[in-house]
Amino acid sequence: MRWHKIYALCLRHIYLISNSLPRIIDLIYWPTVQIFLWGFISKFFTLNSEYYSNTVGIILTAAILYDFLFRVSISYNIMFLEEIWSRNFTNLFIAPIKLSEMIASLTITAVFRSLIGLIPAALLAIPLFGVSVFKIGLPLLALLFSLYIFGVTLGLLVTAGLLRFGPSFENIAWASLFFLAPLGCIYYPVEILPLSLQVIAKGLPLVHVFEEMRNILINNTINYFEIFISILISIAYFIFGVIIFYMAYFGARVRGTLINMGE
Amino acid sequence: MSIEIKNLSKKFNEVYAVKNVNFTIGTNKTIGLLGPNGCGKTTSIGMMLGLIKPTTGDIIIQNKNINTFERNKLLSIMNFASPYVELPKKLSVKQNLQIYGRLYGVKDLSLRIDELAEDLNLKDFINKKTGELSSGQKNRVSLAKSLINKPEILLLDEPTASLDPDIGDYVRSYVQSYKSKNKVTILLASHNMAEVERLCDSVIMMKKGKIIDQGTSKEIINRHGRTNLEETFLKIVRSKDEVA
Repeated sequence: MRWHKIYALCLRHIYLISNSLPRIIDLIYWPTVQIFLWGFISKFFTLNSEYYSNTVGIILTAAILYDFLFRVSISYNIMFLEEIWSRNFTNLFIAPIKLSEMIASLTITAVFRSLIGLIPAALLAIPLFGVSVFKIGLPLLALLFSLYIFGVTLGLLVTAGLLRFGPSFENIAWASLFFLAPLGCIYYPVEILPLSLQVIAKGLPLVHVFEEMRNILINNTINYFEIFISILISIAYFIFGVIIFYMAYFGARVRGTLINMGE
Repeated sequence: MSIEIKNLSKKFNEVYAVKNVNFTIGTNKTIGLLGPNGCGKTTSIGMMLGLIKPTTGDIIIQNKNINTFERNKLLSIMNFASPYVELPKKLSVKQNLQIYGRLYGVKDLSLRIDELAEDLNLKDFINKKTGELSSGQKNRVSLAKSLINKPEILLLDEPTASLDPDIGDYVRSYVQSYKSKNKVTILLASHNMAEVERLCDSVIMMKKGKIIDQGTSKEIINRHGRTNLEETFLKIVRSKDEVA
């Protein structure tokens, strides 16, 4: 992999963001709306629920972390879709770049796009609702890392679908995260799910991330094993995502869809 | 850089888009690829760029097979322009050229962009967003992108389609002048017969995925008893019997 090529691909998206104020506002707007929405919902629970009376920030912290995952995945998909929408796809795929460099650039840029949204939202939650995600402490970095890898994996799987099925797969890109949200146990403990679904849910890193977030905030203890498992599962999914992406690319070369993508 | 195409075929769902195509483009020659829509020109170009995997056959560029040799190394000395492929509209012309310059590993990139801006008259709109340009301006920017790495092999797919005669002539003159100053092998797919006659050393005629004739413009015109390439093209396209 050549870093100057990865840098050039990242630059393409950084230029796109920095050239457009509406895009920057859009990146900040949605996480902020989420914070307001969940801030008020959690405030309501605080006043009306015993369970949450001492853990005012749990729902809001979950919302912030989930939004980070959502932003990473959607950023990944949007950056890939931008190439299709702008009819730049062919130019990119005939440039002397490796698929690994393309994946690396999308992965790096996705974190920047997501942090543009996450940081203002996380900071806003402190004065507005007295909730700080930073209360999780250093394990927050590990939880974010796990979510980041999993978000990138979802992005990879959707882009593989775009390569395989063309732009018509776009709708799946938007819906992809909602498929997993109920199983992710973002706002409720895994025990809420029926036993059969609990088994499936535990195969997702989300359950381990959000269970551990609740454990840290409620019990003030850190289960490093749970964090390790979430990262391990995320990495396993990432490897699977990369394999699927490569297969989709080679399949697209056989079907000839790379040359008229976007038409 | 020479290009050798050997027994090249591509089948989509049991239908041949390109069937058993053979031709050679000598170093620094310009070859015109002619044929009606759907005759296999774009599929052939796609295979030469490595975007489409051939069903059978080989593409050999300077004695290296694009399907077995490291594709990126060959792509770094090639480039492509087509009005159907665009650059990101929200980025300025300069930003687009900077990105592609980096992707192709161009040394002294600022200097190269200045050179192209000068040669292709991009200076007045170099900082403008690409999406805000006229068709003629976009076409010149696309050409600049295709020349950013000083390619030794240049593939042009209908480079003057949808341009007015003045800008079309400008682009043709530029390609002609660029070729006289640089060592470059060009494959030009076009529907503009005058353009092909003017720019190409020889011509390949395709129909239904097959090569039905090839030679210099003059040879092909004489062979079919016509007075110009356009009449020859119409005769070939409308005839039911294909030339072997």
